[in-house]
Amino acid sequence: MRQPLLSAIVLALGLVLLGAHAAPAGAASVKDPADLGPPRGAPIEEAMLAPPAVPPPIHRNYPARVIVHLETREVVKEIADGVRYDFWTFNGTVPGPMIRVRQGDTVELHLKNAADSHMAHNIDLHAVMGPGGGAAVSMTPPGHESVFTFKAMRAGLYIYHCATPPVPMHIANGMYGLILVEPPQGLPKADREYYVVQGDFYTTGAYHAPGLQTFDMQKLLLEQPTYVLFNGREGSLTGANALTSKVGDTVRLFVGDGGPNLVSSFHVIGQIFDNVNVEGGTLVNHNVQTTLIPAGGAVTVEMKTLVPGTFLLVDHSITRAFMQGALGQLVVTGPAAPAIYDKVSSGPVASSPAAAPMAHAAAPTAAVNDAMADGKRVFGQICAACHQGNGMGLPGAFPPLAMSDYLNANPKGAIGIVLNGLSGKITVNNTGYESVMPAFGAQLSDDEIAHVLTYVLNNFNNKGGTIAPAEVKAVRAGDKPR
Amino acid sequence: MSMRTHIGLLLALLATAPAVAAADYVAIPGGVFVSALAVDGAAARIAIEPFAMRVEPVTNAEFLDFVRMHPEWQRGQVSSLFSGPQYLAAWQGPLTLGPDARPEQPVTDVSWFAARAFCASEQARLPSWYEWEYVAAADVTRRDARQDPARNQSILDAIQGSTGARPGAIGWHPADVWGVRDLNRLLWEWTGDYAAMFPNADARVPGAGASLALCGGSALAFADKNQFALMMRVAALTALKPADAAPRVGFRCVRDPPGE
Ligand code: HEC
Ligand SMILES: [Cu+2]
Repeated sequence: MRQPLLSAIVLALGLVLLGAHAAPAGAASVKDPADLGPPRGAPIEEAMLAPPAVPPPIHRNYPARVIVHLETREVVKEIADGVRYDFWTFNGTVPGPMIRVRQGDTVELHLKNAADSHMAHNIDLHAVMGPGGGAAVSMTPPGHESVFTFKAMRAGLYIYHCATPPVPMHIANGMYGLILVEPPQGLPKADREYYVVQGDFYTTGAYHAPGLQTFDMQKLLLEQPTYVLFNGREGSLTGANALTSKVGDTVRLFVGDGGPNLVSSFHVIGQIFDNVNVEGGTLVNHNVQTTLIPAGGAVTVEMKTLVPGTFLLVDHSITRAFMQGALGQLVVTGPAAPAIYDKVSSGPVASSPAAAPMAHAAAPTAAVNDAMADGKRVFGQICAACHQGNGMGLPGAFPPLAMSDYLNANPKGAIGIVLNGLSGKITVNNTGYESVMPAFGAQLSDDEIAHVLTYVLNNFNNKGGTIAPAEVKAVRAGDKPR
Repeated sequence: MSMRTHIGLLLALLATAPAVAAADYVAIPGGVFVSALAVDGAAARIAIEPFAMRVEPVTNAEFLDFVRMHPEWQRGQVSSLFSGPQYLAAWQGPLTLGPDARPEQPVTDVSWFAARAFCASEQARLPSWYEWEYVAAADVTRRDARQDPARNQSILDAIQGSTGARPGAIGWHPADVWGVRDLNRLLWEWTGDYAAMFPNADARVPGAGASLALCGGSALAFADKNQFALMMRVAALTALKPADAAPRVGFRCVRDPPGE
């Protein structure tokens, strides 16, 4: 009875056996031109940073031994506001920390499994050339540690993930991250680097159903996720967590797709990728709008931010961005660049002549003009990304601010909306919306919120009115306990 | 609801009962079933001889009695060949359970060697993997409920719902159609032949425990790929060497029918 089981497993894993047990004796390995020789110098301890932080570039001209410490942890965290999920992670974050080494480095990987884990876990790094990519030598029960080494033989950007059965569930629960193997000469300088991994999540409850959600096996099998997310949480890259850049800077994104099921049509709204390392390899494509990231794959994109404003990171399979959470923000600050991008008046002048918007306000003093200009700036940088430059919104996703009955019925109510965000069913101009506006209270000052709302109320055919900074301050103070 | 109060009462009774109460076993008739594990790459029918299985996993209280009678299995005295540093780690002392190990909770953090010795002490043995799987295929009304997605989901819910926690009390879920409790939801259980899942026959060789560790490997090793909870269990066990112990791994015993 024991025999058939044994032989089944042996058959299934013959490859592992060959690799794991034939290798140790063989010191005379094949000479590969990418092999830069044995590690030199003192071993280097890799910094383990939480996403979206990227470890610093490598300025080294010799192969080293790099020590990486990962710990698998099962943690309950928020997947969206008010929605908790039982994530399985590397180092407590989704994705796990990004690893950055140089081609030819020998990586000494320590995989610890936290003592309070329920599951065994292991790691398969796509940067590894060897059976299982490390999985064959890293299966680790709770409270134990596995150590193995591999040489980073090929430059590129690679996914790592847990490969313990049931593999799709370990990945669906968040067990993935990226490892960058820099070419010997390093990467060109970039002003800013960020780390983003997309993943699909399958919860028993519907999108935004509150409380603790568990993994839904049927949705996984049907490949119908409840959430599609960047960095494992809705809002991980928006509002106060938005990525930032300055006008004129070069931004490099290391973007992976952990899956388990979906591929990503990665796009940044309002940007063009100057360089794309296609599929994370060495082929560089230029001037790319949307790049495809396979599940279990990655891509490096570089772009120059020329114009200030908010740029949305999306999976351009666009339902996922608006209905399932695959939305991030890159906020670019700096002087306007009207020669490249300019709004040529789309307010009251261009539309209905009947409205005399400023009539409600006091005679435009210098201060009002400043406030209005500042409001226009904030609107362009933040609100326009969703509500559009002309305030008309996007059908099915973002309600209009132009001639909005909702807004005009209660202009002061908009203070709370901008401060705290808005979600749930609302009706604007007879059309229903059920979406999420992020909170901007942390990002915008009282003055800025007052200015942008005053600007909105006095443009786009709205009824006019003023919001004073003191009113914003009061709402903010009153809303503190929220 | 009435189920729970009933069991609560039962537990209260058990807790006050004399220490060396004989454990309950139920007879499991033999039969033939299809294992979720592939045999030579395909699903296979496995014949099971009749045996008797403990209704519930071994508890901390029972294991405490055992180490009292067999001091060689007490923490601090047990040979390091047979147990690691995690052995009975949640107990307050070698003969004290303490707040993290209530008497009615299943004992965990026990090595395979210790589990085997316990079963021998009550004239029993650890089940084979197939015996365990055969019984665990059941639910409350069916002998083989494994193709019911709702049943599989409810097991996953229970496992995931207890993330970060030690296995809770026994008996919060009704017994299955055989009269056996808590096979699927509460903890992973040692099986006597678990080492056969290793590609290397000697499971103590470090680094040999990688059998199902690959994406592709596990796809080949399981004939029924829908049994996620079972896959977790296999992974959890194959990651362990026999002297290892883990917070979610405990055991129950089985007996061969008399006269064998
Ligand atoms: C990331 C996208 C996004 C951004 C940026 C954004 N909003 Fe919204 N906004 C929404 C969505 C989505 C709703 C509808 C929410 C719902 O369905 O409950 C909304 C609703 C509103 C409403 C009420 C509905 C209406 O149309 O009158 C107001 C007012 C509003 N936003 C103002 C602003 C202002 C002012 C800014 C800039 C400070 C801003 N929003 C930035 C997405 C956004
Ligand atoms: Cu895992």
